[in-house]
Amino acid sequence: MIRLEKLSREFQVGNQVVHALDEVDLEIKENEYISIMGVSGSGKSTLLNILGLLDTPTSGDYILSGINTSKMDDDEMAGIRSTKIGFIFQSFHLIPRLTAFENVEMPMILSGINPTERKMKASSALEKVGLTDRSDHKPEQLSGGQRQRAAIARSIVMEPDVLLADEPTGNLDTTSGKEVVKLIEELNLSGLTLIMVTHDREMGDRSNRLIELRDGKIINDQSNN
Amino acid sequence: MLLIATSIGVMAVILLTAVGEGARDYITGEFRSLGTNLLIVIPGRNETSGGGGPIDLAGLSPRPLTIEDAQSLSQIDDIRRIAPVVMGEAPAEYDGLERSAPIIGTTPEFLSIRQWEMESGSFLPGVSMRYSPPVCAIGKEIKEELFGDDSALGEWMRLGDRRCRVAGVIAEEGRAVGIDVQKIVIIPVALGTALFNRDSLFRIIVDVENSSRMDQTRQSILSIIKRRHQDKEDITVIKQDTVLQSFDNIFNVLTMALGSIASISLFVAGILIMNVMLVAVSQRQAEIGLLKAIGAKNKQINNLFVVEAIMLSGSGAIMGLIFGHTITYILKISFPTFNFLPPMWASYVSLFVALISGVMFGLLPARRAARLDPVEALSGNK
Repeated sequence: MIRLEKLSREFQVGNQVVHALDEVDLEIKENEYISIMGVSGSGKSTLLNILGLLDTPTSGDYILSGINTSKMDDDEMAGIRSTKIGFIFQSFHLIPRLTAFENVEMPMILSGINPTERKMKASSALEKVGLTDRSDHKPEQLSGGQRQRAAIARSIVMEPDVLLADEPTGNLDTTSGKEVVKLIEELNLSGLTLIMVTHDREMGDRSNRLIELRDGKIINDQSNN
Repeated sequence: MLLIATSIGVMAVILLTAVGEGARDYITGEFRSLGTNLLIVIPGRNETSGGGGPIDLAGLSPRPLTIEDAQSLSQIDDIRRIAPVVMGEAPAEYDGLERSAPIIGTTPEFLSIRQWEMESGSFLPGVSMRYSPPVCAIGKEIKEELFGDDSALGEWMRLGDRRCRVAGVIAEEGRAVGIDVQKIVIIPVALGTALFNRDSLFRIIVDVENSSRMDQTRQSILSIIKRRHQDKEDITVIKQDTVLQSFDNIFNVLTMALGSIASISLFVAGILIMNVMLVAVSQRQAEIGLLKAIGAKNKQINNLFVVEAIMLSGSGAIMGLIFGHTITYILKISFPTFNFLPPMWASYVSLFVALISGVMFGLLPARRAARLDPVEALSGNK
């Protein structure tokens, strides 16, 4: 469902051009569970941002569900992000002024879903992540693990095809980290394509497929089974 | 801070326009109290247009307008009443108490032209342009000051080096020709010219029978006085209406000007809004990035910030409206003689300008927010 063809992303740093991604070819099938690993600066975050249409490649093509995204404008990309892609961040990125429930509602508000449906979907998403009893808490009243679960609820509430996770356990202690990983692995088992950036080898080994990047190139692409 | 800036702006608009409107109302009310069928004859040519000619050399003082001139006007049929007026100030003294008082010398017609009421006694009885028995009418305040609670009627008081008997007390309050009626002393016109040692009248007020005959009457007055003044047109005849009209116009423009000056402060407030919004945008970069990541279109983010700017300026404006109206209300109570009238349009315009400046100055930060690169915004360190 995802195909990258000779995809490059260059950054201008001073008068030097940095190749964050250097002619990457990659094919990802539906319902895969992929870990992307690499030292910092290897291009793994850039790859994730491009997969999430937050960033656009300098050259090459990114084909998502048969659609070439390189010719899309901002609004079209926003539409895809809204309906097809769910994001989970290392630092959760919940809006501090809103309750967990309202945070989960946010993507639906932006895409104009009516309030009744919104409330229903938000509660079912919160139930899925086991946060029903905390739904009217503000982020500051939640523990790190709970915050990340709220963020996961937000990422799946629009029923996306792909879940992109950028070091989802990076800010969590081991116990809540394990819970979160378990949760997103369950989501993967229920049909979501899961792409996770991590620098934790143990987490990388749990995935079905492990991709390693260095200097913007894929240096290792292995299946764990 | 921001709300205060906007509300001060709106408040300023309302207060300044209220003062302007109040002044206009005051002045026009002043003139309107004279009635609108009036022609005012003033010595000297004030107009530069028409007539005149090379005879009007600079430095030549105008020929005085005399009581005889006023008398001669009675031959015009359309004139109902004539009131010659001479004005000055002299010490008024009674029983050792002395006050400096504004003095108007005129005839009994003055009372009906001004539509004044008497509190007690009568207004200049037996007085005409020819006869000036030593009588006077006084305002309520001067009566209070000189006579206290005692009746003033029939008492002799001294005015400068003359004496006159108080024949009546004027009930009127308020102001006339810039003078507080309550402080005024009114005496026969001939007594006035003698008291002030002046041969010229201050003006002649003419009440015209029929308002459609105003212009003809004006011409008749001009030609009669011209004949009397050796064929020189050295007086000015003003129509009360025209004066009123031009004052009205002047004050309207003044109010508008005051209003627009105050509106500038609204734009200053707008710039403050922009500043705050820009800070808000950079503080909330991560949130903006997140909204983009979960599918917000640029337009939605743009609208979000514009709406916020409008809400800020709108609530500031509403605060300003409340403050402005409260303060004008307080002023109204404290200074009842001066009518503070915040015009309706000032409220609308200031609200409108506040919102417009909110939108205008909200647009730039909003656009900046919408154009943020989501990756950089999410990392939140730029």
